[in-house]
Amino acid sequence: MKPIATTRAATGTETGKLAVWWVLASEVVIFGGLLASYVMFRLGHPEWADAAAVTNTHIGAFNTWVLLTSSLTAVLAHQAAERGDGKKAAKYLYFTIGGAAVFIGVKTYEWWYEISHGYTITSNGFWAFYYTAAGLHAFHVIAGAIIMAFVARDAARGLELHRVELIGIYWHFVDIVWIFLFPLLYIAK
Amino acid sequence: MVEPAVDLAHGHAHDDHADHGPQGWLKYLWSTDHKVIAMQYMFTGMFMALVGGFMAYVFRMQLAFPGIDVPGFGAVSPGEYNALVTNHGTIMIFWVAMPVLLAAFGNYLIPLMVGADDMVFPKINRLSFQVFFVSTIVILASLFVEGGGFAGAWTAYPPLSAVAEYNLTRLGSTLWVIGVGLEFVAFLLGGINFITTLMNSRAPGMRAFDVPLVVWMIVVASILFMLSVGPLLAGAIMLIFDQTIGTGFFNPAAGGDPILWQHLFWFFGHPEVYVVLLPAMGVVIEIIATFSRKKVFGYRIVIFTVVATGVLSFFVWAHHQFIAGIDPRMANIFTITTLLISVPIAELCFVYIATLYGGSIRLTTPMLWALAFVAEFLIGGVTGIFLGAAGADIYFHDTYFVLAHFHYTFFPIAIIGTFAAFTYWFPKMFGKMMDERLGKWHFWLTIIPFNVIFIPLFVLGMGGQHRRIYNYNLHEDLNSEMFQDMRILATGALLVMLAAQFIFFYNCWKSGRSGPKAPKNPWKANTLEWTTESPPPHGNWHPLRMPVVYRGPYEYSVPDREDDYWPQNEPDGGPLKVIDGDS
Amino acid sequence: MNGFFEFFRVDYFDPLIKVASSYAADIDGLIWLVLVVVGFWFLVAEGVFLWFIMKFRARDGRRADYIDGTNKRHKRWITVPHLLVLGFDVLIIVVSFNVWYRIKMDLPENPDGGVIRVIGQQWAWTFQHPGADGELDTPDDIFTVDELHVENNRTYHFELQATDVLHSFSVPVWRIKQDAIPGRTITGWFQPTRTGEFDVQCAEICGFGHGVMIARVMVEDEETHAAWVEANTPATAAAMVGAVTPAPVAASLAAEAGPAPNGHGGH
Repeated sequence: MKPIATTRAATGTETGKLAVWWVLASEVVIFGGLLASYVMFRLGHPEWADAAAVTNTHIGAFNTWVLLTSSLTAVLAHQAAERGDGKKAAKYLYFTIGGAAVFIGVKTYEWWYEISHGYTITSNGFWAFYYTAAGLHAFHVIAGAIIMAFVARDAARGLELHRVELIGIYWHFVDIVWIFLFPLLYIAK
Repeated sequence: MVEPAVDLAHGHAHDDHADHGPQGWLKYLWSTDHKVIAMQYMFTGMFMALVGGFMAYVFRMQLAFPGIDVPGFGAVSPGEYNALVTNHGTIMIFWVAMPVLLAAFGNYLIPLMVGADDMVFPKINRLSFQVFFVSTIVILASLFVEGGGFAGAWTAYPPLSAVAEYNLTRLGSTLWVIGVGLEFVAFLLGGINFITTLMNSRAPGMRAFDVPLVVWMIVVASILFMLSVGPLLAGAIMLIFDQTIGTGFFNPAAGGDPILWQHLFWFFGHPEVYVVLLPAMGVVIEIIATFSRKKVFGYRIVIFTVVATGVLSFFVWAHHQFIAGIDPRMANIFTITTLLISVPIAELCFVYIATLYGGSIRLTTPMLWALAFVAEFLIGGVTGIFLGAAGADIYFHDTYFVLAHFHYTFFPIAIIGTFAAFTYWFPKMFGKMMDERLGKWHFWLTIIPFNVIFIPLFVLGMGGQHRRIYNYNLHEDLNSEMFQDMRILATGALLVMLAAQFIFFYNCWKSGRSGPKAPKNPWKANTLEWTTESPPPHGNWHPLRMPVVYRGPYEYSVPDREDDYWPQNEPDGGPLKVIDGDS
Repeated sequence: MNGFFEFFRVDYFDPLIKVASSYAADIDGLIWLVLVVVGFWFLVAEGVFLWFIMKFRARDGRRADYIDGTNKRHKRWITVPHLLVLGFDVLIIVVSFNVWYRIKMDLPENPDGGVIRVIGQQWAWTFQHPGADGELDTPDDIFTVDELHVENNRTYHFELQATDVLHSFSVPVWRIKQDAIPGRTITGWFQPTRTGEFDVQCAEICGFGHGVMIARVMVEDEETHAAWVEANTPATAAAMVGAVTPAPVAASLAAEAGPAPNGHGGH
């Protein structure tokens, strides 16, 4: 039984959506703090460019493409949910989860390659930030995919369809964080 | 001492309207009721206050009588001393001020005061407490692991906090960071609930400017917390990596920068002061309005001032780092912003005083606490000006003057504010009136020793005594009889104050047991929580009789009305004859 | 303008903490100014506050006024103090800027006392005095542990360093304080104006022995100081430097604790 409080919407916006936006606000400052620290360091250490040169821009670009595509399927899932088509929404969400899986798979290969060549988190400041920032992002990808699996399961049965949009908003955020990470960690050499 | 009061909390969990979850104590543990969660936060916080108070007792005894066997603890080694002051600070701020003021009263008051039956996300609310509870266990466990608890001050400046070879508490310092990090996560979860509940679940008719100030302030505090804690959470991850896998984010020996941590810490640390200050100020203005039967002087001024304070608080953090090796030009900028923030805070104090003007003041126990808050917090506020001026801070930084200053802010916040709120809402929370005579004894025996503890510390600070040193008699210039007498005086007053807290616990126990039954609205106050039973049932009101709001919360002594109060839910024509189904 | 700031130099706090450096009186003056300003506000606010509590106690038959604080006449009671607070803030800021500038930003050129290197480590201070030739890093440098020797009324620069964790070099009677950061050298200055022995405290928690990281500063007149320099100038310079250079205990600990950056990144 839901409390009456949950059913109210004094602002006119659904409570769940408000909550997601506030979650994102707090996430923005977490990543903001980390990336601002990285940028300050990077400006003071031009030699980090040598380390950044080791990262594989092509793989990074591919992963960017994967994430962007998964965001597209998240939008399609939202569209389907708006029409009330839970089955289709679930299908698109599974596509999105697939995208997340590809992203993590590629990331695993990348890290395995780098670590096996001796570039570990303790190698120097750049690698410390590289693994910490990308790792924190990957953690968000995994967590998002897991939540999405639950949302998709419900959506397939036609339940809680409004959650499809909420997880979509979160997924776009994860995407946007990567759009900041990719140039900062891969392209800037 | 806390046990009997916990039983009180059980009282309203066994209610007709209770949900059909697990039964018995499991029901209490797994309850999603905001009032039960509030009690869980409150009693965990009060327990931690006893832990933090015990620590204060031990290190004050060591300072007054260096080298003695402190009864109940034993001799204090320098390392133990450092661990005690570190964890006293950490616990009092993160495990007492935050859970009691923000989480407990936020949880208890927000749904009741906006006329909702619960938080909008009850399960997230429960998760928030569970995470907090785990964090409590972690921080307590960190005190007993090999090497002892973390001993690098609550600010945890690296490289000391980052490198075990320097701090000698490898496990303790990592557990400390994990505990604090988990605590932040708990409050992020709680904060989302607070903010969205206020935004979306207000009673029909309640506009933004009909919301009681305490709710406004708790929610602004939650927003401040959400927007400031992120960088420190990122910093905590980096610090844990430094400690455990040997990265060098903050370790200059490995190419890192220790000052970065200070920025991350204080970017959160200063707004954090307002995160705990605002709920206390909100509680105080509610009480002042009720017991002076006055409308709050300039309700909207207060809200705008609070928001301005919140915004400004993001731009003052480096005043903690004036002499930490930052660019000296930065100190000038932060001197300006720091002194500017005195303006809105001074204005709040003026508003509080102005609200008393023309009132009809009754000095009940909660009112005494509320007035004491204003009087004592003023001391904390004005002494902050000394420290905000960078020139004077060169001398005062890290002296006992700083210590006395922030105890004059945090003690009114965490202790006086809490007692004000607790005694004011006790009838609502437990359905019994508190004993006024015991309450006043407790009040005076807390307030007077409090001043006797900390005024000498201002003098010691001016005399050049620095913080976190376990035995000042080793310093020749500080080893004077006058200074030692002051230390002994402060310690003696602390003992009196700690002993006086037993009056409070006894009063809770006695009043909860055999106090007179509290009516719905014992203080004749306007806000919505007083329109339901004491204690409120599960769901707060009958689902078909949820309150509707017609006016702001402070319509006291309105001319041409018989009553000197006018509840928010009373239609203009007079009390509504309630019929089932009418909402 | 100088006369203006000269007005804010006082020695009222001398009985509590000696005024023993050239800028101690500046800091004390700023503290005094703030004390007067906020003391005034504090007394006014507390006075009005207590007066209201006395005057407006509940009495039978008297009802509280209905004042919502929105009309101009009432609001004046908030806005006027508001502007006054702002005005006083500006005064404090101006004086504070002057003090801060003098002490932390305006480094006097060619100090007649020379440069002293101050090195903090867990848990002792090492002082490297320039010696007879007045130059640092020459064979006649005098190294001391937990004992700083300076000559009265001379201006000194100091180079502050730390070998392990943060420390803070604080001499209360000089009103000087500066954090020491490993890996950096922070330069500052002081000019003692009173002879005697005073405490040096570490003002930043630095681990287990923070409380015993105590040093003394000896401010000597010209002859005594010259005699001290004479007596302590190393006869065989090379041997002395090797013998008294700070023991690299903490440095070796640091090497174990965190691996130094290695060159993996270089391609």
